[in-house]
Amino acid sequence: MTLAPETTDLKIQLRLDNSADDWFTVCDLSLLLPGRGVAALLPDGRQAAIFRDRAGSLYAIDNRDPFGGAAVLSRGLTGTHQGRPYVASPLLKQRFDLESGRCLDDETVAVRAYEVRAAA
Amino acid sequence: MTATDGATPTIVLVGHGMVGQRFLEALAERGLTAAHRVVVLCEEPRPAYDRVALTSYFSGKTPEELSMTDMAFIEKEGIELHIGDPAETIDREAKRVTARSGLVVDYDVLVLATGSYPFVPPVPNKDARGCFVYRTIEDLLAIEEYASTRTTGAVVGGGLLGLEAAGALKGLGLTSHIVEFAPRLMPVQVDEGGGAALLRTIEDMGLSVHTGVGTQEIVVDEDGAVTGMKLSDGSELSADLVVFSAGVRPRDQLARESGLTVGERGGIAVDEQCRTVNDPHVFAIGECALASDGRVYGLVAPGYEQAETAAAAIAADEAEELTFTGADLSTKLKLLGVDVASFGDAHGTAEDCLDVVYSDSRSGLYKKLVIGRDGTLLGGILVGDAEAYGTLRAFTGTVPPVSPESLVLPAGAGGPVQLGPTALPDDAIICSCNNVRKGTIRGAVTEHNCTTVPEVKKCTKAGTTCGSCVKVLGQLVTAELEASGVVVDKGLCGCFSQTREELYEIVLALRINTYQDLLDRYGRDSAKGGDGCDVCKPAVGSIIASLAPTIGASGYVLDGEQAALQETNDHFLANLQKNGSYSVVPRIPGGEITPEGLIVIGEIARDFGLYTKITGGQRIDMFGARVEQLPLIWTRLVDAGFESGHAYGKSLRTVKSCVGQTWCRYGVQDSVRMAIDLELRYRGLRSPHKLKSAVSGCARECAEAQSKDFGIIATSGGWNLYVGGNGGATPRHADLLAQDLNDAELIKLIDRFLMFYIRTADRLERTSTWLERIPGGLDHVRDVVVEDSLGICEELESLMTAHVAHYRDEWADTINDPEKLSRFVSFVNAPDTPDPVVGFVPERDQIKPDLPLLSIGLRPADDVLEGSAQR
Ligand code: SRM
Ligand SMILES: Cc1cc2nc3c(=O)[nH]c(=O)nc-3n(C[C@H](O)[C@H](O)[C@H](O)COP(=O)(O)OP(=O)(O)OC[C@H]3O[C@@H](n4cnc5c(N)ncnc54)[C@H](O)[C@@H]3O)c2cc1C
Ligand code: SF4
Ligand code: FES
Repeated sequence: MTLAPETTDLKIQLRLDNSADDWFTVCDLSLLLPGRGVAALLPDGRQAAIFRDRAGSLYAIDNRDPFGGAAVLSRGLTGTHQGRPYVASPLLKQRFDLESGRCLDDETVAVRAYEVRAAA
Repeated sequence: MTATDGATPTIVLVGHGMVGQRFLEALAERGLTAAHRVVVLCEEPRPAYDRVALTSYFSGKTPEELSMTDMAFIEKEGIELHIGDPAETIDREAKRVTARSGLVVDYDVLVLATGSYPFVPPVPNKDARGCFVYRTIEDLLAIEEYASTRTTGAVVGGGLLGLEAAGALKGLGLTSHIVEFAPRLMPVQVDEGGGAALLRTIEDMGLSVHTGVGTQEIVVDEDGAVTGMKLSDGSELSADLVVFSAGVRPRDQLARESGLTVGERGGIAVDEQCRTVNDPHVFAIGECALASDGRVYGLVAPGYEQAETAAAAIAADEAEELTFTGADLSTKLKLLGVDVASFGDAHGTAEDCLDVVYSDSRSGLYKKLVIGRDGTLLGGILVGDAEAYGTLRAFTGTVPPVSPESLVLPAGAGGPVQLGPTALPDDAIICSCNNVRKGTIRGAVTEHNCTTVPEVKKCTKAGTTCGSCVKVLGQLVTAELEASGVVVDKGLCGCFSQTREELYEIVLALRINTYQDLLDRYGRDSAKGGDGCDVCKPAVGSIIASLAPTIGASGYVLDGEQAALQETNDHFLANLQKNGSYSVVPRIPGGEITPEGLIVIGEIARDFGLYTKITGGQRIDMFGARVEQLPLIWTRLVDAGFESGHAYGKSLRTVKSCVGQTWCRYGVQDSVRMAIDLELRYRGLRSPHKLKSAVSGCARECAEAQSKDFGIIATSGGWNLYVGGNGGATPRHADLLAQDLNDAELIKLIDRFLMFYIRTADRLERTSTWLERIPGGLDHVRDVVVEDSLGICEELESLMTAHVAHYRDEWADTINDPEKLSRFVSFVNAPDTPDPVVGFVPERDQIKPDLPLLSIGLRPADDVLEGSAQR
């Protein structure tokens, strides 16, 4: 794979392992449109869906829709439900909490959530 | 193997059907599952499912979606469920049941809920290959498989189930016959007049009906497969497939063999507690039971009541002494497109009762109410229009607050009177499947704080079975909320308290051209400054796009903030497929395409390995493109002169055409030219839902214009304009808006019509539902767009003129914009790497999505239409 050239100062970084100080640099912060997601390919072959809201906060969850199986959560519409940020899957519209990864429409389902930061 | 456990008393349930499952729930509600070992023997290869909704399998429900059994419930209650293991013998002396697998269970209480089996008349060759019954999911799977290679089907029996089965065969693409021994269809539920109206409707649907004849023999070929049947009047019918639906019989064999009393015509005899008359330790419930009133009930509602009764008797709960002494036999046909309902004493068997009948056989309408001497509504039959079923059924047994005539007369003839649900007495039964009264529903709102229909359904079980009461349920919940001072929120979503129509007016009047501005100024306080939601973002995005040139917004949906408002389809200007790939649909106006155009599409599809299909909209769809391929594909398409077909947008899809006057010997106008003109005029117009159109060159209507949002049919004097047609899930024939228009008049009227629709419709509301909903309906629309009664026609026309003048192909814009193009990648950090989850396997010389990983969960909503998933 070829990685995109990194040009600006602030980079989006994901923490791959919560117990370690293992931050993976994804791309420039400027590539993230508020209210819209992007997908990132992780070193282990997994995919993360990364979002930025209007206030500038960043979120990252697994990209794969556990209902439909396709890796498309990054392409869903985002919003706020009871004060919490979510993305609605573009396949069958189930909503996922962006902070915890929990599905708001089926409490038995959740996707992995990643810690994410913008760093120089 | 003997499975006993001396300490805890054991309840054994034989049969895990609809009633059996309800019985288990009733046990759990009474805490009996905690104090007992509960063993269930289930014959079918799957736990209880919704048999009432069986036919919806053919309209797309999966067996999983039909399931009524929550495995978490079974587990939590510690119920031992043995699937695919029927009871074979009962030893009442030893109080012991033996199942087919050899499993032996000793019981303290035995409950039989074995249901019915379909009755198959003893005609020769009744078991031939191609003969089926219609009772279980397995039956349906077998029918579906067999039907896939056949063309003609026949159903023996014209009752409720027979008609459902015939409708299903028709849905599978078979020419279908119905053979009914009685002189009319649905003899049990409807009378002669109703039968005549029903016959007309059924025949209009393309089913052939043969009444007053019996089936004498099934005819088979040398391989033993069905080829037809001989009828009692000497005639023969050819058919490749026969479904017997000639009634059901209680499954009482097991009970009979164990010495329990069964009725003369079958059914395990029980008393008012549903206890068998011979053995206090054995109960029978549901369709296998012969109730104390001497009847076997073939409906689910009485079965549910029996389940509750038996559970209460087992609990010996003195406070709750339930008895089952009889039940209501109301029914409504669930076959798509036919409205038939009967309720209460439909045949007027009560002494001295009177009938009120309204009948119009021309339009297939028949309505009869049975009224007692004192004005009490006793029952009735509705054919052709069962709109009032929910309310009338609830009024049964009471004197309705308005005259009975006004309840059955059609609009314009002095009726109908809208009976508000508030007029119903508290003990009126609203949901007869689950025996839920109005008082209970009100209580759910006032005491249990339910505020939505789904909450009330969960709390009371009302509306969870056949669904025919859900409409009245909704009215009641709204009325109750309003009565208790809650202002019922008609707002678009949690972010806006305005309706879509109100937001449109605000955007237009104040020239608001961004979503954030609208949200921050007019959103609910709690939503201001926030991120909005997935309901209002696309809705507002669509309003802004429709009005773009007028309010000074960019008409390009990927510009600035607008990109973040679009559903994924609009965002990538393509349709998302199940594996994460996309489809590509170039516009082919009017369905007319040059050989060169076809070749270009063919070459592109071949070069990118796409699956190609001729769509139902007279154009070509190429499936299986990865996001990063979309710009490459479109560069070639745009070079060849193609533009976006907006198959992804809530916007104009296709204007279909017939070949028309130019070639066809019947054609009276140039329908192809008109279709192309209209398609080019309205392309790219964002609207509350998709818009479809068609133009036919004469009244033969080969382009199916009357099923379109706006459809045009040529006349020798010009064009007739039809509006509000719809195919899809709830088809509607379009209404004639104006006749014999010339080209300019036609276009002017369509401009006004579309802009008025865009202005006033709700989100995701097609023109058909909009026309049905808005006060005054078609007459009002005609007043506004033809007579200009609101004085807005000039404005409507100028909005359309602005749209037409500013139209640009969004794919051409996109491939020329490097910043937008950079979004068409699978991975932001690896733009050249394709998404490995998107895979394909070969099928019929092309590809299809490879889905090994998919479907690990079930979708939660029962209604998942494009963009309209309900929550
Ligand atoms: C491709 C096509 C089927 C085909 O293989 O022929 C198709 C495919 C889809 N239809 Fe359709 N419909 C297609 C013709 C139709 C027709 C026939 C027609 O247009 O004459 C109808 C009935 C006519 C009508 O709409 O009144 C039709 C009624 C629907 C409906 C039900 C609409 C309704 O009002 O009930 C939906 C669901 C919705 O819109 O909510 C739907 C939704 C869909 C979606 C968009 C579902 C989705 O979100 O994935 C499908 C996606 C297509 C794709 O990925 O490219 N499709 N669909 C046809 C594309 C026509 C085209 O060239 O644009
Ligand atoms: C197509 C269709 C449409 C219908 N529409 C309606 C409607 O609109 N309204 C309405 O009220 N009713 C309707 N019904 C009828 C409704 O489905 C029945 O009234 C209801 O299912 C009865 O429930 P039950 O539990 O008594 O029987 P069932 O649901 O038939 O369940 C009995 C179960 O017991 C099992 N069983 C039998 N013997 C044994 C054994 N020895 N050991 C273990 N298991 C055994 C059977 O395999 C079956 O699974 C419809 C039925 C059909 C087929
Ligand atoms: S609608 Fe009329 S003009 Fe058009 S193809 Fe059919 S018969 Fe010919
Ligand atoms: S009447 Fe059937 S679900 Fe309510």
